[in-house]
Amino acid sequence: MKHTLSVLVKNRPGVLARVSGLFSRRGYNIDSLSVGLTHNPDISRMTIVVAGDDHVVEQVVKQLNKLIDVIKILDIREDESVNRELALIKVEVDSGTRSEIMQIAAIFRARIVDVGARTLVIEVTGDSHKIDAMEQLLKRFGIKEMVRAGKVSILRGTKGIE
Amino acid sequence: MIKKPKMTGAEAVIECLYKENIEVIFGYPGGAVLPLYDELYDSNIKHILVRHEQCAAHAADGYARATGRTGVCIATSGPGATNLVTGIANAYMDSVPLVAFTGQVPTSMIGNDAFQEVNITGITLPITKHNYLVKDARTLPMTLKEAFHIASTGRPGPVLIDLPKDIQTEKIGFEYPQKVKLDSYRPTYGGHPLQIKRAAESIMRAEQPIIYAGGGVVISGAHNELRTLTELILAPVVTTLMGKGTFPETHPLSLGMLGMHGAKYANYAMTESDLIIAIGARFDDRVTGKVGSFAPNAKVIHIDIDPAEISKNIEVSIPIVGDAKAILKELIKVLRQKRESKWNEKIKAWKKEFPLQYGRSDKEIKPQYVIEQICKLYGDAIITTEVGQNQMWAAQYFKSTEPRRFISSGGLGTMGYGFPAAIGAKVGCPDKLVFDIAGDGSFQMTSQELATAISNDIPVKVAILNNGFLGMVRQWQELFYDKRYSATRLDANPDFVKLAEAYGTLGIEVTRPGRVKSAIEEAVNSDKPVVIDFKVAPEENVFPMVPAGAAINEIIG
Repeated sequence: MKHTLSVLVKNRPGVLARVSGLFSRRGYNIDSLSVGLTHNPDISRMTIVVAGDDHVVEQVVKQLNKLIDVIKILDIREDESVNRELALIKVEVDSGTRSEIMQIAAIFRARIVDVGARTLVIEVTGDSHKIDAMEQLLKRFGIKEMVRAGKVSILRGTKGIE
Repeated sequence: MIKKPKMTGAEAVIECLYKENIEVIFGYPGGAVLPLYDELYDSNIKHILVRHEQCAAHAADGYARATGRTGVCIATSGPGATNLVTGIANAYMDSVPLVAFTGQVPTSMIGNDAFQEVNITGITLPITKHNYLVKDARTLPMTLKEAFHIASTGRPGPVLIDLPKDIQTEKIGFEYPQKVKLDSYRPTYGGHPLQIKRAAESIMRAEQPIIYAGGGVVISGAHNELRTLTELILAPVVTTLMGKGTFPETHPLSLGMLGMHGAKYANYAMTESDLIIAIGARFDDRVTGKVGSFAPNAKVIHIDIDPAEISKNIEVSIPIVGDAKAILKELIKVLRQKRESKWNEKIKAWKKEFPLQYGRSDKEIKPQYVIEQICKLYGDAIITTEVGQNQMWAAQYFKSTEPRRFISSGGLGTMGYGFPAAIGAKVGCPDKLVFDIAGDGSFQMTSQELATAISNDIPVKVAILNNGFLGMVRQWQELFYDKRYSATRLDANPDFVKLAEAYGTLGIEVTRPGRVKSAIEEAVNSDKPVVIDFKVAPEENVFPMVPAGAAINEIIG
């Protein structure tokens, strides 16, 4: 089972090392991690996807809570939240494939963000299934490079992390 | 507005230590802490120069455990800092309040692989409760305030502060904060009233309850409440190694230590209990043995200040997060006096049938006998131990009656801990007699601290149970590796009497049982540190014993 943890932390040097170090030394695996500032510049927010049963995730949360720089943790349920990932995909193109690729991008509501003589860079946003599907479709044209950002999540409605 | 006095970072550190009422520091100087040592030179804080930084951390740890106050140690950058690592890890595993200062290369040189540079905050990340690299001298007062607060509150632990050399010399306006502002760190002290009520109901209903007390009871100072609780519900009490002394081991309801080398009756009682009242203990593997067979019929009440310990190893039915003393006080209020039951009878029968015992001898010195004699003659002494057979015999045969009087490396199992810890304990409690119960292997890991003990006039007594082996490892080789004594024979031990004499103090060799008592008395009557070299039965084993991977009631010997 995958859990998505939203973790508010103090925006301090070394805080990422404290969090990621805790995962490795306690034997928990991070599937994805993204971190950035919140509207309060003293506080950063991490979205961590961790695989494990409820017991494991409960331990992860408790251990994270012990870190002095961790302010608050929320275990976010998929059906109560909006979840997004982002990928940049550099695809090989020639005159014969360019328009087809652009059509696929349009269907996925992805954007072409760079056009080169032999390549296109496509920016796609969505949940991980959408990005996986996009990757599958583009494979046959030749993916030269791909970069995915970790998942970010936020609760729907008025609920959330204060 | 009052103008803040100007001072250097090093002065500010000393000033903060005054504000925290720190009277003694254990340390070892070096290039990167020169400014701090220059300030220490004419401060009122006593500095004890150790002979290896590891022992600065262990001594500060022993001081903290014996007194309940926060221990402080200092080392220089690089190797000084890395030498502290074992001591810090040791304090972390046993929840000991410790603040460690390390020197660091100047901020401008950090990351350049400068001379004696090491990333000590990175290295100690997993073994400190928190750590700091100070990059702005103006943050020093708040950093120290936070460090001492974090180290000593909640579940205590070590905090490290890395001080670059330029931070120590920079001038700042000094003001010590009254309070910390840590919105992300607020330990829970009061237990949840509903959980306490549920616990009380379970206790009143239980037919075969057992109290399982650990180091948290010592830290919380809950030993009196523990005794009241015990006498109210007449449940037997087992303790962990860290919990020794929280309940008098001379009390009829005491079953002593449980686990791998616990008494058989302690393990049987735990296994057959229907309710475990765990207080400040963490169900360590040395206690539970095979988890699947651990107390199969028991419900578990777990009182602990660290929520992460709840259901970590053993499923807990009634968790109560908070301070043991505060919770026990509330719990006692809602309990009624219970009567002796069949359970008490059963335990008495086990105690009679399976006593803790060893084969006595009038020809060779049995190590257990040495400990029994120390206990009989000086039962109110502070005992520190090394790690291995000496530690387990001490735990079995020294009957502890008070908390903070049995000091041992529990979680990390650090050989060489006992002697520097004894030094720290003696510094903290100068009126107490302090004995380090040692092995010949362990003592050689930190024996250089004889110089520290002598030069600072710290008359601790070391009782070496000298069997010429790394005894515990040899015991396992005997039992599980066909007596193939790979690398466990210590065949080039020094003459410990001469070693003590070389440092300028007293050494006593004891080769026959008849001389044990008088040697102990002679050591105690000397006003110097004394090393007693007891030549004990070389292949004596620690029994009873739970083999690795077995259930705790499958105890042998």
